[in-house]
Amino acid sequence: MLRIDCPCCGMRDHSEFRYGGDATVERPAHDNPDGDAWYRYVYVRANPKGLHREYWQHVLGCRQWLVVERDTVTHSIHSVSFSRRQRA
Amino acid sequence: MSRYSVFSLLRHAATGNRGWQRAWRAATPKASYDVVIIGGGGHGLATAFYLAENHGIRNVAVVEKGYIGGGNVGRNTTVIRSNYLLDGNTQFYEFSMKLWEGMSAALNFNVMFSQRGQLVTAHSADQLDTFSHRANVMRSNGIDAEILDRDAVRKLVPYLDFSDTARFPIHGAIFQGRAGTARHDAVAWGYARAASGHGVDIIEGCEVTDFVRQGDRIVGVETTRGRIGAGRVGLAVAGHTSVLAQKAGLELPIESHLLQAFVTEPVKPLVDHVVAYGADHFYLSQSDKGGLVFGGNLDGYNSYSQRGNTGVLREVCEAAIALMPNISRLRLLRHWGGIMDMTPDASPIISLTPVDGLYLNGGWCYGGFKATPASGWCFAEMLATGETPALVRGYGLGRFRSGHMIDEAGAGPFAWLQ
Repeated sequence: MLRIDCPCCGMRDHSEFRYGGDATVERPAHDNPDGDAWYRYVYVRANPKGLHREYWQHVLGCRQWLVVERDTVTHSIHSVSFSRRQRA
Repeated sequence: MSRYSVFSLLRHAATGNRGWQRAWRAATPKASYDVVIIGGGGHGLATAFYLAENHGIRNVAVVEKGYIGGGNVGRNTTVIRSNYLLDGNTQFYEFSMKLWEGMSAALNFNVMFSQRGQLVTAHSADQLDTFSHRANVMRSNGIDAEILDRDAVRKLVPYLDFSDTARFPIHGAIFQGRAGTARHDAVAWGYARAASGHGVDIIEGCEVTDFVRQGDRIVGVETTRGRIGAGRVGLAVAGHTSVLAQKAGLELPIESHLLQAFVTEPVKPLVDHVVAYGADHFYLSQSDKGGLVFGGNLDGYNSYSQRGNTGVLREVCEAAIALMPNISRLRLLRHWGGIMDMTPDASPIISLTPVDGLYLNGGWCYGGFKATPASGWCFAEMLATGETPALVRGYGLGRFRSGHMIDEAGAGPFAWLQ
């Protein structure tokens, strides 16, 4: 069981959260006509063996979307932050 | 390589069983091969066997970083079926089923293929309708399928929960009588032995660390046991496809996820078939040793660690008891994890790649075991001819760009939901 230190609610079991996938992919601009950019955004993933930046939503808590840096081999969590601040 | 037979058994028994040979040669790498296959799992070994058997290409090496049978081929739940709905899958998995039916004879190795039948329970009239659709598609493709009503299911598998208090009452089921299980280790050993008998070098404890290039073309692999030249390189390393593809400069629509499997303490014969629970993602069968073998959902987040979490353990056990309350007091003997290549449409990738000399077989999500023979058969044809065989034309990398996906799970482009 992973334990995610929600910046709003504190340390919680990951079963309170919903996984949201790779947080490093950038959505192309809405009017971007480049098919390749959209293909990469929707499908292509780096899938690293090691540190991975990923979205989790605290659905059974504050319902905030978080960005978690986690090692995909050891499951150790290096950082947790609000995703909306990452955007700003 | 001497053939296995009743007579060889008797001869060895009479001489104290001292004369048995290794099942496959312990090969040391040569300087180069016509084809190097990375990954000594079921798919890699099957590919090597069919390269030799069907195409006469025997100057082949299979390099495996661990040992034969230590990866996903020994970590699955051994279920074999061909009850698929979508074009591309339907024909491919039925071809695989036909190869399973002749496998023990073809390999001269008893893979303990047991066609005990598989049923998926339906828990509403609507679900039974969609199963009828699937059964019709299967039958129109020449595949056996039956729709059972509640009474017929009860007659076949009376130990499921048919009580008034069942959380999801059983309405019926779809049944494929030719489905079943096989001994997964025997499949790996049988292919390894048969390939080795054809002259294929099976090199264990040999991890590929990089690719060797000449211009844009890949002409070999760097390994922990030195450089090995290759006319063509086949990548068949489910779970770590991304890691190796990245070394070749290839970006893929794949995420690695963990799937757990479970086995209980052995009990007397109880479950005659493979049973899948239509109200949740859960399936079980009974091994020849007596343990109930079952599995459920992915852990649900990217992972390369071959160990699971207890949240899924609880979910799977809840599903097990909802389906079969009478196993609630069985003790779990062990559970283990395997790393899956998850693709956005839950279908595999057997494809030419933009990298010259590199061929890709991966993205098996968690249905790779049943595909082992057909995957090897088609990948061998691809490596031998450099062309895409008709049977796997739907499994190309280009489908994600063109939109021609085979989205059997219907979960959209989210690998962790497949």
